[in-house]
Amino acid sequence: MNQKIKIIACMLLLIIAGNNPMQSQEVNAKKIILSHIGDSYQWHITKWGHTDIAIPLPVILISKTGGGFSIFMSSKLDEGETYKNYKIASDGKYSDKIVEVNAAGAESRPLDFSLTKNALALLINCTILVLIIMYVARWYKKQPLAAPKGLVGAMEIFIMDIHDSVIKNVIGKGYEKYAPYLLTAFFFIFVNNVMGIIPIFPGGASTTGNIAVTVVLALCTFFVVSISGTKHYWIDKIWPDVPIWLKIPIPIFPITEIFGIFSKPFALMIRLFANVMAGHAIILTLTCLIFITVAKGPAINTGMTILSVAMAIFMSLLELLIAYIQAYVFTLLSAVFITLAREEKVKKVEVN
Amino acid sequence: MFLFTYLADATSNMDLGALGKAIGSGLAAIGAGLAAIGAGLGIGNIGSSALEAMARQPAEAKEIQMNMIIVAALVEGTALFAIVICFLVL
Repeated sequence: MNQKIKIIACMLLLIIAGNNPMQSQEVNAKKIILSHIGDSYQWHITKWGHTDIAIPLPVILISKTGGGFSIFMSSKLDEGETYKNYKIASDGKYSDKIVEVNAAGAESRPLDFSLTKNALALLINCTILVLIIMYVARWYKKQPLAAPKGLVGAMEIFIMDIHDSVIKNVIGKGYEKYAPYLLTAFFFIFVNNVMGIIPIFPGGASTTGNIAVTVVLALCTFFVVSISGTKHYWIDKIWPDVPIWLKIPIPIFPITEIFGIFSKPFALMIRLFANVMAGHAIILTLTCLIFITVAKGPAINTGMTILSVAMAIFMSLLELLIAYIQAYVFTLLSAVFITLAREEKVKKVEVN
Repeated sequence: MFLFTYLADATSNMDLGALGKAIGSGLAAIGAGLAAIGAGLGIGNIGSSALEAMARQPAEAKEIQMNMIIVAALVEGTALFAIVICFLVL
């Protein structure tokens, strides 16, 4: 009881004492969040005191105006400096990207093959995935009939769950051809999602929250589905089995079917991208709340800090669930599209 | 009333471009809210039918739960289309 009275008295004193708000710098939450979610030419880890700790990454450029091939570390472009006519544009059409400034001051974009933060994160995540899977595969090669435990056992449950309940169940006969691609897609998306949630290096780069990565995944599904389409599938797109008036003067149904060929992978891309980006943006916003309420005095700041940490923990756990679910849904829908593309002609049975 | 005077005060020194951008940002926020309503309604429907089915046949609860999560992810994908558009405007 005595303890509680002391705590309440301290809180009241803090509210009274913190009533003249401190002068603090303006916290631009939108800029902070976008800089954490987006791509950049260096991997910024933290700010210790007044110095930024960042890993500079190689910048690889081929100039379109005859400057040739350049490769240098991105630390040469820190703080808006210009190096060999290249600089990072601060605003305008090419804001935050490297532009080439010619003699007249006009900006143009060279061919950019730099190893950016997201590209390095993709390489790291792929290495992790390959190491895990190769270790598991080699374990099974050495002792094919033993019962696994530990990491190998856990990976067996994981892989066989997707293999049996998604791939074999949905595709049915002939699923062996598509199991490698679908399992790779599932584990690639899952590992990238999970590494995006971990806040410290080498995690913390949201690769699947970058629409370029998800568009490539959707394109892979599009190619696999299109290549595995039977003749019946493609004929059904151009001349579907529907009443004649839906086809002849205006081909309503063929246009809808062709639109559907592109809209299904597009939906796959947007679903994964938006889920991951929105999740990361929410966690970052909740964390920024602490810094936004700094100017309002220590009592409100403490309350908001406790609330923000609790919400951020909850959102991170939800993000973990969403990481698994989005990978599962991507794989499931890819399997469904492949099954639809492989269907054979159904013989019409005459009923008298 | 106070809302109008506050808004008039805030926008009185903006030129037309900044004013357009401000209106766009406000409408983007309303759009995001509508998307949240859509997602909430959809997933609420899914959850309610799934729970009712699990109550009717408790033996099938695991199957029903897995399917509920898959359909919830699809509905959420649709709501997030709208969120992406709002982010582009914001």
